[in-house]
Amino acid sequence: MQTLFEFEKKVDKLRKKIEELKSMGKFDPVVVEEIEKKFQKKIKEFYGNLSPWDRVQIARHPDRPHTIDYINNVFTDFIELHGDRHYGDGKAIIAGFAKFSGIPVCVIGQEKGRDTKEKIARNFGMPLPEDYRKALRVMKLAEKFRKPIITLVDTPGAFPGIEAEEHGQSEAIARNLLEMAKLKVPVVSVVIGEGGSGGALAISVANKLLMLENAIYSVISPEGCAAILWQSQDKVKEATEALKLTSRDLLKLGIIDGIIPEPLEGAHRDYETTFKNFKEHVLRALDELLGLTPEELVKQRYEKFRKIGV
Amino acid sequence: MLKKFFRKKLDGEQKPQSPVPTGLWIKCENCKALHFRGELESNLMVCPRCGYHFPVPAKDRLYMLFDKGTFEELDIDLEPQDILEFVDRKPYSQRLKEAQEKTGLKDAVINAKGKLDGKDVLISCFDFRFMGGSMGSVVGEKITRNIERAAEERIPFICISASGGARMQEGIISLMQMAKTSAALALLEERGVPYISVLTHPTMGGVSASFAFLGDVIIAEPKALIGFAGPRVIEQTIRQKLPKGFQRSEFLLEHGLIDMVVERKDLKNTLSQLVELLS
Repeated sequence: MQTLFEFEKKVDKLRKKIEELKSMGKFDPVVVEEIEKKFQKKIKEFYGNLSPWDRVQIARHPDRPHTIDYINNVFTDFIELHGDRHYGDGKAIIAGFAKFSGIPVCVIGQEKGRDTKEKIARNFGMPLPEDYRKALRVMKLAEKFRKPIITLVDTPGAFPGIEAEEHGQSEAIARNLLEMAKLKVPVVSVVIGEGGSGGALAISVANKLLMLENAIYSVISPEGCAAILWQSQDKVKEATEALKLTSRDLLKLGIIDGIIPEPLEGAHRDYETTFKNFKEHVLRALDELLGLTPEELVKQRYEKFRKIGV
Repeated sequence: MLKKFFRKKLDGEQKPQSPVPTGLWIKCENCKALHFRGELESNLMVCPRCGYHFPVPAKDRLYMLFDKGTFEELDIDLEPQDILEFVDRKPYSQRLKEAQEKTGLKDAVINAKGKLDGKDVLISCFDFRFMGGSMGSVVGEKITRNIERAAEERIPFICISASGGARMQEGIISLMQMAKTSAALALLEERGVPYISVLTHPTMGGVSASFAFLGDVIIAEPKALIGFAGPRVIEQTIRQKLPKGFQRSEFLLEHGLIDMVVERKDLKNTLSQLVELLS
């Protein structure tokens, strides 16, 4: 079976060819249309049969819309806030306030960075304790000023490094889990790309947890799982299947509350549709929560997590 | 009423199952000295020569902490399930069965209630022998139940961790136990009931990054490995050798991440004193 990237390249090449045929005007339009139909069928077939591993590739696709893209295109009037007031300003999490469909909200999201320079600056979207503490500080502000919170999850995981451990990575994540559970305002979290373990959970203890169709959310990366349980990187596809990390699996397991559909060829092929779907679904989720009292919000969130497991 | 029915009374006089490797002589993993089993056991499984703290099975730990004949095990009806039907090199169901046979436990944590120097306490204690003390849905549920019980009955809660982290074979469900257990701790906070977290070798990953680091007071046993990411993962990520003593209890104390490092022989007294002072 060919990989997603090979397929994408092929699709682009064919699409160009068909456009060329059309523009040349030398061929019978009926024949060209026939070719195009076949081509569309093939695309539908391919994307209709994506394996979990294919979805991992889409979730990590370099062109996929990132937190910054959502902030710039779905939100307005964004003001970014910086720093955890203890040690530093994490660059892997963006936090601030903005308007969402005219409503003032708090928005927090993990950002992987686009080009090499930015990726390094953003630590590849792997937050440090400073990131988590900043996120919590801003969430507490949202609670103080009674603004709903929208978080965007897109991280390979919390950063595994010396300074992260020295600054208390475990404590930072744990504290967010506890404090988010107590927030008296609506929290909607959306996994837009990669939901990497505790590093993702630390900003997604939400009243409503949504996932983009091709996003993934997992206790460990498929690579890490293959290395530990199979002791072989060749088994990464098996690990991916076993982990049940796709949006459909997680909806079936009752972990998430909804799936935000993506354009046929993935979010990275059509930003506009992706943003439109995102807005529609998040707005609906917010609408449902805005009617709840602070106490009901805390209770609903507690019960949502309380029932997961045995 | 029904709750009472499910509680199994343990006989305080009954000798706990033998810890760690069987055999008359045990070699210290640190200084390689050979010790007679009985001698080691009477020294609370701490090497008399170098002070190395051997891992302790959960039941033995409970006998070390509770006053003789005072504790009962709780939530014994909980059985792990293979919700994802996870198969790696072995089916998860088989791994569970093997771990259960090896340890005589149903899963990696024991909940108990009893007296510590005459004071009521609830303890959740990990057993590292059971799949590396990993947290799946049963572990998460038991911890949560003990926290909720502590909040309801206003009894101090003590958790003794020894875990590699989340249990991969339960996928996202084990990840969510981090949120579930941590959220429950908000109840304790609200009612002003003390929670003391004891970190023993090793306490890593999803256990470290949830309830284990949320104790009102955090105690670690000497030289325990404690952290979010495992040392090997960190080395591979940053391509550097890690400094000596990195992620050990003493390192954490120095960095302000825990309150104290307490030797096993002093643990009961320390806990007793804290419960007395904070309750």
